[in-house]
Amino acid sequence: MLEIKNLTKVYEGGTQALTDVSFSVKPGEFLAVIGLSGSGKSTLLRCINRLIEPTAGQVIWNGEDITAASQDEMLRIRRKIGMIFQHFNLVSRSRVITNVLAGRLGYVNPAMSLMNRFPKSDIEMAIKQLDRVSIADQAFKRADELSGGQQQRVGIARAMMQEPEIILADEPVASLDPVLAHSIMQYLETINKEDGVMVLCSLHFLDLVHRYADRAIALNEGKLMFDGSPEDIDDEKFKEIYGKEAERVG
Amino acid sequence: MEQKKPSFLKSLGNALIAILVIVVFAYGVKVTDVNFETTQSENRLTQLKRVIRALVKPDIIERETEDSDYEIPFYLPCPEGEVIEAPDQDLSQPHLIASEYCASSGEIIFIEGYNFPPNSKGPVNFITATGVRKQLGNFQADSEGYFAMDIEIPLRQPVAEAQAIRATSRVQVGNPRFTETAKVTWEKIIETVFMALLATAIGTSAAIPMSFLAARNLMAENRSPLTSIVFSLIGWPVGIFLGLQIAAFFRGTLLEIFGNTLLAIVVLLVGVVAIYFLLRWSIKPDDPDNASAPTRILGIFLIALAGLVGIISLVCLEIILKNVGLALIEPLGSFGFMGNFLYQIGEASYLIIPGVTALGLGAAIGGAMGRFGQTISDKSPATVVKIVNLIVSPLAVALLFALVGAAINWMYEINNLSRTLYWPAGIGGVIGLVLAIITGPKHALPTGLTLYFIVRTILNGTRSVESLVMAIVFVIWVGIGPFAGSLALALHTLAALAKLYSEQVESILPGPLEAVQATGANRLQTIVYAVVPQIVSPYISFTMYRWDINVRMSTIIGFVGGGGIGFLLQQNINLLDYRAASVQMLAIAVVVALMDYVSSVVRERMV
Repeated sequence: MLEIKNLTKVYEGGTQALTDVSFSVKPGEFLAVIGLSGSGKSTLLRCINRLIEPTAGQVIWNGEDITAASQDEMLRIRRKIGMIFQHFNLVSRSRVITNVLAGRLGYVNPAMSLMNRFPKSDIEMAIKQLDRVSIADQAFKRADELSGGQQQRVGIARAMMQEPEIILADEPVASLDPVLAHSIMQYLETINKEDGVMVLCSLHFLDLVHRYADRAIALNEGKLMFDGSPEDIDDEKFKEIYGKEAERVG
Repeated sequence: MEQKKPSFLKSLGNALIAILVIVVFAYGVKVTDVNFETTQSENRLTQLKRVIRALVKPDIIERETEDSDYEIPFYLPCPEGEVIEAPDQDLSQPHLIASEYCASSGEIIFIEGYNFPPNSKGPVNFITATGVRKQLGNFQADSEGYFAMDIEIPLRQPVAEAQAIRATSRVQVGNPRFTETAKVTWEKIIETVFMALLATAIGTSAAIPMSFLAARNLMAENRSPLTSIVFSLIGWPVGIFLGLQIAAFFRGTLLEIFGNTLLAIVVLLVGVVAIYFLLRWSIKPDDPDNASAPTRILGIFLIALAGLVGIISLVCLEIILKNVGLALIEPLGSFGFMGNFLYQIGEASYLIIPGVTALGLGAAIGGAMGRFGQTISDKSPATVVKIVNLIVSPLAVALLFALVGAAINWMYEINNLSRTLYWPAGIGGVIGLVLAIITGPKHALPTGLTLYFIVRTILNGTRSVESLVMAIVFVIWVGIGPFAGSLALALHTLAALAKLYSEQVESILPGPLEAVQATGANRLQTIVYAVVPQIVSPYISFTMYRWDINVRMSTIIGFVGGGGIGFLLQQNINLLDYRAASVQMLAIAVVVALMDYVSSVVRERMV
C-alpha cells in the first residue's frame, strides 16, 4: 500500500509544482498519472523515491514514512522502487549488460561493484531479464547502438533487476512511435499482472490509459483534479483536466 | 520610425570617449618605452642583420675541414733604410702576393692569392712574432683559385723581426655529420618531451579526483545537517593525524623486519588475497539492510583489518620495488633505467603510503562521525539535536580554527600561543556557538557547495601561478634539473586539468545519473556507473591537449633551472652563440608542431 499524503513541492525560485496532493495506491494496481506537460507528473513520481525532495507532506509505503527516511535508509528503499524514464536514461557509452546490472547496485557489495565485479547469479539474472524483453542477443552491444524501443526495453530490464515492488514510469512511451508504445506498455502490463508489481505510470494518451490502467489520477498545475477509473473521464472531466481549449486526440 | 536627432550631448560624449582612448594608448606607449629611433640606428641594424643571419643558419650539420696555411713575411714597421723584397715562392703552389711587404699600423695594403684551391675560402690573419692571430678578413677564391682583397694592418707592437700575413684555405672533406650542438639539442629535446609526459601523468592522476569535487552538478546535492558536519569536522583531522602516525609506525617497523625481498613478496601476495576476501566478507552481498548490530560491527572490523593489511602490503611492495629495482640496474645494462624506475616508485612511497593512509583514515573516521551525526539528527527530537549542536559545534569550529592558527604560525613563525592557539580557538568556539544557535536543528546545510567553492578557489589560485614561478620553488626543493621542472608542470597541470575536467563533469547528461541513483546506488557507485562512462573520452582528449601544452611549457622552464631544452637555449643566447640557439629554437618548433598534430589526431579518434 502506497499512500501519498498532502504532498507539496515548491522549487527554489517559487515554482509551485505540487499542491497538497493526496491519494493511495493498492498493491498490484496499475495507476496512470495524466495531465498536461508541466502539470507536475514527473515531480510527483520523483517525490516518491525522493529523487526530488518534497517540501511538505508524506509518502508512506507499507507503513514506513519514506519522506522521513535517512539517506542510508533511502538507498535501501530505492532498491525496491524501479524507475523507467521518457528518455530511457541509459549510459550510452556502456554496454547493455552493464546498464542492466546497474539495477543491482543497491544490492551488491559496494567495493566489488566499484571494480565492476558482479556475482554470477546477478549476471545470469541480467541475461534473463533481457531475454524477457526479447533483447538478450543485444546484451554485449553498446547501449547507444540500440534503437529507441530497444533502449526502453533495456530500461525496463534495469528496473526489473531491482526486484521492485513499485515501478515508477515517467512517460515511458512519449519518445516512441505508437506501435513501439504498445509493445512497451505490454511489457509493463506483464510485469504488473504476472509479478504483481505496483505500477505508477504517467501517460499522455488517453487511449493508452483506457487500455492499460486500472485507475487514473489527473494533475493540473500541481493540483489533483481527478482520481478514479479511466472510464469515468468524460468530456467534462477531460476539459477540467486539460483545459477548455483542449480537444481529444487518438 | 522616428528619426533620431543627433544630440549635442551625445556627440560630446563620443568625442570624450575618443580622447580618452587616445590618452590611454599614449600612456601605453610611454610605459612600454616605445622608441622607433633605436630601430633605425645603424649599429643596431648591423647587429640585427648578424643575429638574423646566424639564426637562419642553424648549426646542425658540419663537415670535416682541412686547413692549409699560406703565409708571407711582413714587417711592422718597415725597417729603416732597408728595402723589403718579395719573398721567394714556388709560383706553381698556392701563394700570396702583397702590394707591400712592410707597413705601419692602420695602412691599407692590397693582397692577391694565386693557385688556391678553386672556390676555397677561409680567414686571412695577421700573425705576430709571438704567434698571436688577428683576423683581418675572409677570402673567397674564384674558380681559378684567385682572390684579391684590401687589408688594414692592425695595431700591433712594432718589432724588428718579420711577422706574417697568413691565408688559411679551409676545404671541406668527408661526409657531412651532426654537430655537437645538434647532438646535445637532440638529447635535451627528448628530455623535454619526457618531462612533459611525466608532468602530465602525475598532474592528471591527481586532477581526476579533484575534478569531481569541483563539479557543481555532483556537489550541489550534498546537504547535511549541522550535527553531521561538525562531527565529521572533528573526525577528519583526527583520522589524518592517526593515519600519519600509523603509517609512520608500520613503515618504520616493517622496513626493518622485511629486509628480505622473498619474505616481502610472500607477505604481499598473502596480503592481496586477504584484502580481497576481507572486502567480500565485510559486506554480505545478500542482505546488508537486515544485518544485526554484531554483523555490522564485524563488517566494520573486517574493513579496518583490510585497511591494515593494505598498509602492510604497500610497505612490502615498497621493499620489493626498491630491492628488485636496485638489483636490476646492473644486469639490464642499457635498460638499467627500468630498474631505476622500479626503485624510484618504491622510493616515492615515503610520500604515498602516509598520504594514502592519512586520507583513507581521515575519510573513514570523518565519514563515520558524520554518519553518526546524521543519525542523531535524523532520529532524535529537535531539542536533543539542538543541545548536541550547541556542545559539539563550538568544539569543531574551535578545532578547525586552531589548525588554521597552527598553519599560520608555521608560515609566519609568530610563536605566540595566545595569538596562534587560544585566540583562534576562542573565536572559532564563539562562531561555532553562533552557528549552532542560528541554524535550525535539522536544517540541511549545503556542504557540497561549500566544498565546491573551496576546491574551486584553491584550483583557481594554483592555476594563476605560472609554472615558471612554481619551478623556482621546486628547484630549491629538489635541485636544478628536469625533475624540478616536471613537478612544477605537474602542479600546474593538476590545477588546470581539474578545472577543465570538472567542466566536463558538469556537462554530462543528468538522465543516466538520475537513473543510477534511482536504483539505490550510493554516491561512489553513481559516479563509477553514470559519470565515468560519460567523461572518459573528453578526459583523454584534454589530457592529450595538456601534454601538448606541457611540451611547450617545458621548453622554457629551463630558463629558471627546471631542466629541458630551455637551459641550453638560454645558455647559448647568453653566449651570443645564435647559430646554436637557432638549432634549439628549430627543435622546439618541430616538436611543438608535431605534438600539435599528433594530439589533434588522437583527439579526433577519441571523441
